[in-house]
Amino acid sequence: MNAPDLDFLCALVRARSGLMLTGERGFFVETRLAPLARREGLASVSEVIAQVRQQPSGALARAVVEAMTIQETAFFRDRQAFAALSATVLPALAADKQQGLRVWSAGCGHGQEAYSLAMVIDDAERPLPAVEILASDLNSAALEKAQSGVYTHFEVQRGLPIRRLLRHFEDLEETWRVSPALRQRVRWMRLNLIDPFQVETGYDLILCRNVVSAFAPDARLATLERMEQALAPGGRLMLGAGEPAPDGFEPVAGAPCVFARSSESEIVIAA
Amino acid sequence: MKTCLVVDDSRVVRKVARRILENLDFEVIEAVDGADALIVCRGAMPDAVLLDWHMPLMDGLEFLKRLRQEPHGDQPAVVFCSAENKADRIREALDAGADEYIMKPFDGEIVAAKFGEAGLL
Repeated sequence: MNAPDLDFLCALVRARSGLMLTGERGFFVETRLAPLARREGLASVSEVIAQVRQQPSGALARAVVEAMTIQETAFFRDRQAFAALSATVLPALAADKQQGLRVWSAGCGHGQEAYSLAMVIDDAERPLPAVEILASDLNSAALEKAQSGVYTHFEVQRGLPIRRLLRHFEDLEETWRVSPALRQRVRWMRLNLIDPFQVETGYDLILCRNVVSAFAPDARLATLERMEQALAPGGRLMLGAGEPAPDGFEPVAGAPCVFARSSESEIVIAA
Repeated sequence: MKTCLVVDDSRVVRKVARRILENLDFEVIEAVDGADALIVCRGAMPDAVLLDWHMPLMDGLEFLKRLRQEPHGDQPAVVFCSAENKADRIREALDAGADEYIMKPFDGEIVAAKFGEAGLL
């Protein structure tokens, strides 16, 4: 791929998704766009880009941006963080919210995070009040797969303990499907985090993991600010392992990857 | 260093498993079927067993049932590793005392994750 094409593409992806491509950009773009070129019946990645240049607002441009955003993930990614959610974070939130909790998985990809949450809630030792789970992603193909709840043998072996697989999935011969009960727990929505988005506020827990650290600085700041606005008083924000606390947030003791508003830190200590 | 007994009648699978497990800092011992594995365990209990299902002489399920009746046979964490991918068969293996279950084909990432689940890492 030539340098002008690569620069054009990186600028497009950054403007549309906030994602800032770094490292081996050329290789990354080729591997992501080659399958798209085949699917569209185009001879090469260069031809994909030529078409996108002609119609930068078209469906192909959107597919190109979406192809860049999706990353491999696992169920219960960062096991200890999920263990803490189950042991302390969710019970503490629930203690204050008997009418029910609202949780948002932002940048949910293929849905493993949202279903991991649903399993944690289903398997809670002390039953939690009703929990509403919203899962959003920019990538409509990923959302479609997430909603279907169908995963390969390989995917269900990434982070999912075998007993949870048996308890929460149906065996479909070559694949596994999340149980209807679990699928009903999650509401899916296509949402671009860098658009001035319209989600309801009042989320008790927002998971936005391994998403904003790949964003350009301005997109990262804007997204985290909107997360802060969407978070209920006393709410918790959960980021990916190693992602730093956003401005105005502090880590919650004993809960890796989980943050609370600094202004509410006395609640953290009490919890 | 923790020890892991790899029980599989396929030399290729044993070799692949050995490479993955040595990368995870295990000392690897090999057995070609359940009967062979039982002899090894009676000599010294390993910390972990990576166990195939279908093998000549004694299959993995039979080995597991007998292992759990041996003195200290409850100690090793047993991770089944089989092409038996049906939910009912997996449940049968867990009921017999398996700690985790890997569906073949597998890779290093899956072995690491499953051994983590079994408390071995």
